[in-house]
Amino acid sequence: MRYITFDQIARAIESLAQRVAHELPGDVIAALETAADNESSPPAKDILNQLLENSRLARQELIPLCQDTGLVVVFIEQGREICFENNADNPDWILDDAVKAGVAAGYEKGYLRKSIVAEPLDKRRNTQTNTPAVIHHSFVIGDKLKITLMAKGGGCENKSRFKMFKPTADKEQVIKWIVDVVEQAGADACPPFVVGIGLGGDFELSCLLSKKALLRKLNQPNSEKFYADMEKELLTKINSLGLGPQGLGGDTTALAAAIETAPCHIASLPVAVNIECHSHRHHSVTI
Amino acid sequence: MNSPAIELLTPLSQDVIGRIKAGDKVLISGAIYTARDMAHKRLCRAISDGRDLPIELESGLIYYVGPTPARPDKIIGAAGPTTSSRMDSFTPMLLEHGLRATMGKGYRDKSVRGALKHYGAVHLAAIGGAGALLSKHITASEIIAYEDLGTEAIRKLTVIDFPAVVAYDSHGGSVYPYDMQDEPGNYNEDKAK
Repeated sequence: MRYITFDQIARAIESLAQRVAHELPGDVIAALETAADNESSPPAKDILNQLLENSRLARQELIPLCQDTGLVVVFIEQGREICFENNADNPDWILDDAVKAGVAAGYEKGYLRKSIVAEPLDKRRNTQTNTPAVIHHSFVIGDKLKITLMAKGGGCENKSRFKMFKPTADKEQVIKWIVDVVEQAGADACPPFVVGIGLGGDFELSCLLSKKALLRKLNQPNSEKFYADMEKELLTKINSLGLGPQGLGGDTTALAAAIETAPCHIASLPVAVNIECHSHRHHSVTI
Repeated sequence: MNSPAIELLTPLSQDVIGRIKAGDKVLISGAIYTARDMAHKRLCRAISDGRDLPIELESGLIYYVGPTPARPDKIIGAAGPTTSSRMDSFTPMLLEHGLRATMGKGYRDKSVRGALKHYGAVHLAAIGGAGALLSKHITASEIIAYEDLGTEAIRKLTVIDFPAVVAYDSHGGSVYPYDMQDEPGNYNEDKAK
């Protein structure tokens, strides 16, 4: 057994939250650069170059990439030989407390915006800490702990959609609906997008898969040929919409479309689309 | 669309607002106000109740933004636009009371587009997700109302050459190849290039 304290986890998350807000991942920058090179519409090219300039400025001057520093989604992959340990000053903590402490400290020290309200419909009082985060935990082989933190903006999350298809639906029907979802996300959700797609599982698993799909490197296709081809077809169709950066027209409506799949019931074909804006902010750390 | 930018000074001149067209680039200088969801709700309630407003709407510009906190040595944090359509139900009332420009990202619905035309006003699009870059055009920031709303409080910003595109002009023109709020699938190919 290897022991990791909750304090270590909180500190790692505090640091990740600030890095995520200021530093666009390398694969996202590369995708924006390629898009700017290939874009045929001059105003669209201009916007893409300004987004790249924005990412340089954010990193150099520690100004957040976007004022919506997001809801924090944390993926924790715990090696099965790892055991969590309490520190003397927080004997009752569980994993959620460590994540909460890390997010609150990161958002306060990093001068990040606190965008979370305590409940959805009554008072909508801001928690002032940007907590709680959404946490997804899983056990894996080994003695490492991998923490991935994503800051998800509200504008694009608002345009994400779910649909139960008949199990007899074909690929073309599913593709058409996904492209329609992207079209309707439109200018509001800050294109160019990364489109995360969850196929299969059940109601909630397909949604989780659509979010996990966003964590894959943008140039890395699905490992199965059928779904890799479908990703390619989707990206081509999405980019032929002509929506373009900021919805003002152009070739670059999405940087990538990524599909994650899971087995599902004979009666079901759940499909979830998680729309992500160009400010595709996530980083990981392994302890 | 790649013609030189037009200077837009606040308070806005009705003459300039009437001349700018959808797709024009503008550079805004002067004082502007920030407001997003909750501040809009309060402003409109104040108007309905016949109370005085904490800001001057006449010939004014409202920017839909909730900035990140300023670092100790800075004026403001990241300050890019939020989604405009969430303010659709409030905007016509503010235009009726003198507001002449709004700025955010994304589409406006039919009621707003109609009101822009009716009152001779414009909606501007700033680049969503360019909060660091846009913050460089803000030279002063002061909370002037609804401080309890935190990032959603109304701020008076002084801006210099703040870049935006005219999304909807005062003659019913739109820059967007899609206007999804009302007519899904209504794609205008001429505007896409």
